[in-house]
Amino acid sequence: MQNDNLTLKAEARNLNFFYGDNKALKGINMPIYDKKVTALIGPSGCGKSTYLRSFNRMHDLYPGNRYEGEIRFFPDNTNLLSPEVDPIEVRMRVGMVFQKPNPFPKSIYENVAYGLRVRGENNKRMLDDKVEYALKGGALWDEVKDRLHELASNLSGGQQQRLCIARALATDPELLLFDEPTSALDPIATGAIEELVHELKKRVTILIVTHNMQQAARVSDFTAYMYLGELIEFGKTDEIFIKPQDKRTEDYITGRMG
Amino acid sequence: MQQNALTTEQIRALIARGKLKDTLFKALGVLFLAIGLAVILLLVIDMVEKGSERFTVDFFLNFASRRAAQAGILSAWVGSLLVMLVTAVAAVPIGVAAGLYLEEYAKRNWITEIIEINITNLAAVPSIVYGLLALGIFVYQFGFGQSILSAGLTLALLILPIVIVSTREAIRAIPAMIREASMGCGATRWQTCRYHIIPYAMPGILTGVIIGLARAIGETAPIITIGALTFIAFLPPAPFAETGEGVAGLFDWVMSPFTVMPIQIFNWTSRPDPAFEVNAAAAGFVLMVMVLTMNGVAIWLRYKMRKNIKW
Repeated sequence: MQNDNLTLKAEARNLNFFYGDNKALKGINMPIYDKKVTALIGPSGCGKSTYLRSFNRMHDLYPGNRYEGEIRFFPDNTNLLSPEVDPIEVRMRVGMVFQKPNPFPKSIYENVAYGLRVRGENNKRMLDDKVEYALKGGALWDEVKDRLHELASNLSGGQQQRLCIARALATDPELLLFDEPTSALDPIATGAIEELVHELKKRVTILIVTHNMQQAARVSDFTAYMYLGELIEFGKTDEIFIKPQDKRTEDYITGRMG
Repeated sequence: MQQNALTTEQIRALIARGKLKDTLFKALGVLFLAIGLAVILLLVIDMVEKGSERFTVDFFLNFASRRAAQAGILSAWVGSLLVMLVTAVAAVPIGVAAGLYLEEYAKRNWITEIIEINITNLAAVPSIVYGLLALGIFVYQFGFGQSILSAGLTLALLILPIVIVSTREAIRAIPAMIREASMGCGATRWQTCRYHIIPYAMPGILTGVIIGLARAIGETAPIITIGALTFIAFLPPAPFAETGEGVAGLFDWVMSPFTVMPIQIFNWTSRPDPAFEVNAAAAGFVLMVMVLTMNGVAIWLRYKMRKNIKW
């Protein structure tokens, strides 16, 4: 496991999570390495999305949810789950792309500029530059540069998802969360997103939930297998897929379960 | 071979019987629908027929008069429009803010449950009760008198539940993923409301407001209760207009005595002289056109604004 020049970006320490009385995450300890792609795999209901959504405190939007333990964020060693840390501060540092493309019913430009606007940026030239930079980062610029002020809903599903990635990139997040980003897309659009993820890890740390094991194998450097709210196994992706240490991981990967 | 299997003949007989009931119900439905529509149509035709000789420009530009042929609805329609303006200005911000708070900010607990139930109940309170409340509070306690302001605020109370409920429904129709997307970008709740929830809920809110106003414009009981005059031969002072006592202020009109369409109609129907019935029919038709126009505008606005909002 120990490797040359790996830097920690975040680390879950004894993380428990409760939906009311239902314990959905059980004592998770896991590192997230800087500028690497970490995939979370496991059968439906295993807690991988719940885990992912803890990183930007999405659970705080709904009543009755509770965290225990810590997610340490580096280099400043902040506990993202600390009650003293405002969830908005967390979401300003951690971007998210959702399962279904969810652009706002506004123009392409306004979608990308939104994160900057909520940070108080109103300078037109600054916004223009950032929007272009983010759309290039989302590999969408060439397709939309002539129609930035058209409605985002006119784009195809794959383009909408890349727009959502651009929207998250516009504010330079340190960690980018993907919650099954391709489950609503066709294979070609999926390929484009996977290529993009590969490209993006040069500038941002990525944590991605996926149902598709081939996808995990293709895009990630590290893989975590979760089952019933527990982290069963974590390791380098090729090691997890070639010689898993745990019987349950092996069963899942080889398709005997899940 | 199953014992109770049906023969082909039996199956066909069953279907034939089922289809007969189908046809019967269809016929009945069409009949009842026709009855409903015919009644409305007759009502409109009756009003147009009775009131036709009053459909002149003068009818809209004349004040009330003792002579039926010279009497018009100028003070009534101006009064109705001004009262609606006050109603909208009062009910929209309060109703939208209340709906927004209940949907986006309030915690779900027994207090909000009780508030919710009571808002729904308020919509069912007889309008005259609002009139009594307003007579005590606006007319006497606050000293607004029998003015456009009192009437507008009274009707605002009356339509507040409609505005709140339609606001909440419009907000609830916005998918959770839009909120998550906005909050995920680091937005606060207010930024999410300001940039997303309010704009996307606007078509629904506007529809509710206009439906509410269409109800308010036809209300008679609460307006009579607060003491609107039935015979008004002047208009409220326009802002900055020269009056007998100097120049009117911007908002002097809100304290002016007034009358509204339904009261004018009520007044005319209660006159012994049958010539006034013509006026009542004509004014009734005008009021109906006003209400239908408002509903039409609501439908058009909703269509127009929703075109760009797709999830």
